[in-house]
Amino acid sequence: MKLNLVYFAWLKQSIGKGNETVDVPDSVTSVMQLRDWLRSQSGGHGEAFGKDAVLRAAVNKAIVSDDHTLKDGDEVAFFPPFTGG
Amino acid sequence: MIRVQAEDFDVGAELAALGNANKKIGAITSFVGLVRDLSDGADVAAMTLEHYPGMTEAALQEIEAEARRRWQLEDVLIVHRYGKLEPGDRIVLVAVASSHRGMAFDACHFLIDWLKTKAPFWKLEATPQGERWVEAKSDDDQAAARWAQKINKQ
Repeated sequence: MKLNLVYFAWLKQSIGKGNETVDVPDSVTSVMQLRDWLRSQSGGHGEAFGKDAVLRAAVNKAIVSDDHTLKDGDEVAFFPPFTGG
Repeated sequence: MIRVQAEDFDVGAELAALGNANKKIGAITSFVGLVRDLSDGADVAAMTLEHYPGMTEAALQEIEAEARRRWQLEDVLIVHRYGKLEPGDRIVLVAVASSHRGMAFDACHFLIDWLKTKAPFWKLEATPQGERWVEAKSDDDQAAARWAQKINKQ
């Protein structure tokens, strides 16, 4: 399954890029499983998706929970809690 | 109506245009958020606002729609800036037009409280100690939570 990933704020800095396309193994079907898989992809990913990181996720630009089921071609964004206004 | 833009806005002109001369309007309230030069004890030289194009607009539209479900509003305007800003610069404008002031005040307060926790913006501050990402504040979560149970259609 191919996913288009988007990162914001300090995650983007840790990972060193704002977006990437990944082809995940069949065992990755949920947002939580994607986070676990991404953690091992590089040192920067490990920092961004560390166990203590407070992150939110959006799929196709709508906020989702960690158990949300992913499908091929989804745009999955990871970011810290919002600080606008 | 919502707008996400890098440019500054003219508060007077925005308020004058609100409601398009609809004569049912008896009250207009507004909130303007500015960049402060002090944040959590550190001097702030500049602030850069990042956002998620596409999702930001959708989130703001949903926030406006929620306010319109709760109160009878004649017009709503949210303008939020992104990019590099300096202390004293305007960040956000929320303005509400309604028949009476009670609804206008409440809806304006609701909109800025919800916007802070539900619209995808992130603030990067430049301080003498270097750059740092602003962390979400529990005060903001509590401010938004106060509105969670309130259905105030009047």
